[in-house]
Amino acid sequence: MSRAGAWRLGILGGAVALLELLCRLGAIKKITMIPPSEMALALGRLMAGPAMWPHAAKTFGNVAWAFLIAVLAGATIGVVLHALPGLRRALDPWLATWYAVPVFVFYPLFIVLFGMGDAPIIAIAFLFSVAAMTIATLDGLGRIPRVLRKTARVHRLTPIERALRIDLPSAFPYLLTGVKLALAYAFIGVIASEFILSGFGLGHEISFAYNNFDNRTMYGLMLFLLTAVVLINLVVQRIERRELRRRGR
Amino acid sequence: MSQVHARLMGVSRVYPAAAGQAAVHALGPLDLDLRRGEFFGVVGPSGCGKSTLLDVVAGLAAPSEGRVTFEQRDVAGEVPDGIGVVFQEDASFGWLTVWDNVAFGLRRAGREAAEVQRRVDEALRFMGLVDFARAYPAQLSGGMRQRVCIARTLVMEPRLILLDEPFGALDAQTRLLMGDELLRLWRASGATVMLITHALDEAAMLSDRVGVMSARPGRFIDIIDTGWARERDSRIAAEPSFGALTARLWSLLRDESLKALGHQRP
Repeated sequence: MSRAGAWRLGILGGAVALLELLCRLGAIKKITMIPPSEMALALGRLMAGPAMWPHAAKTFGNVAWAFLIAVLAGATIGVVLHALPGLRRALDPWLATWYAVPVFVFYPLFIVLFGMGDAPIIAIAFLFSVAAMTIATLDGLGRIPRVLRKTARVHRLTPIERALRIDLPSAFPYLLTGVKLALAYAFIGVIASEFILSGFGLGHEISFAYNNFDNRTMYGLMLFLLTAVVLINLVVQRIERRELRRRGR
Repeated sequence: MSQVHARLMGVSRVYPAAAGQAAVHALGPLDLDLRRGEFFGVVGPSGCGKSTLLDVVAGLAAPSEGRVTFEQRDVAGEVPDGIGVVFQEDASFGWLTVWDNVAFGLRRAGREAAEVQRRVDEALRFMGLVDFARAYPAQLSGGMRQRVCIARTLVMEPRLILLDEPFGALDAQTRLLMGDELLRLWRASGATVMLITHALDEAAMLSDRVGVMSARPGRFIDIIDTGWARERDSRIAAEPSFGALTARLWSLLRDESLKALGHQRP
């Protein structure tokens, strides 16, 4: 393990230990937070039982849909905008201010359009994610060295071959950044939507437990979500690091 | 040696006006015969259209006027089979190992795996890259990465190799050594080579003939026969005639370089 990694682990361990101590000493009231050790026990209990899994499957299913559509649409929009600089100049201000828009204001509209169910949740999470992927795609395509494009012509690659053999691998590290952000935004969009929009899913379960003062379930679910998101991100980050190391960055 | 391999007839290249900028007449009109198997160097002041000339010969850019032929066939804005190009910038594929970089063109051409293996290994041996076959370009020096690009070109067995200041980013000693390797490659492959360079000593050392270009729009103001034997290397730099040749190139180029810088002849 690197020195930075050891420091990271140490800081995290220290923070958890401090929280445990403050909860045990009563400095943090039980109604506010339960000790981390009890959160872990609650998580174990939830994972051993059958109740949590259908909600988890629903949440992760919605995240997967929103993420996949956002990645595909974001990459496609990025490719189109890269190919049409005039259109890109026209849309650049929108992309730059995308995250200033509170996407949840569209919630009533999506209910009208899609009805109650998974679709409005996926739509909101998609809107959260798509801009990150579009911007990352534009960034990646913009950074392909011109000499590689010339090299593609020397090898007489067709446009599709060039896209697959030169453009995509050259832009891959930037696309991965987009994928990472799109995933994070998809989780935020789905969980937040389930809080207010849904009668099912982990977001709803956390909200339900909160409203019923069921701190054990609430913190157990929160710990489950945090662990899952961190693990997924670690996998993507590992791929990203390997790619960057390979390219000497 | 005297057989024409590539020919430029009345070639000029004008970049059309765009976004508030006037049209730029970059090149020509010029004529040139590249002889089969020769090493032809091109020198000229900065911005005189040397790289444009290479692009036009390669088929990477279409001439605004005139004709370019390679092996008696028109080159019409598309790189013909048999032409290989090495650029000044690092054009290695950072996501592929050295071996895969060199194999790129052969695989794309659908060659048998055994043939790819044999030819790539041969090219790596020739360029002294065998020990780095599994390395990624980022793990190599600039000179080594340029060797990878040369190997990737060489493995396709091009009959005309175009080099656009391939050693421009390298230090002086590495450039001399790379020049020797280039001469070795030229002799071994029997290909015609056109080298664009801003270094007069490099052009004088490597070339059978050196074309001296004017300031923009680039035309050939003279083409000089160096008279070197085919078997030569960087040690010819120590010969008295090398100094005389370099001095002659500079006397031809000095006024053009001043013009390119916007100065009047003193």
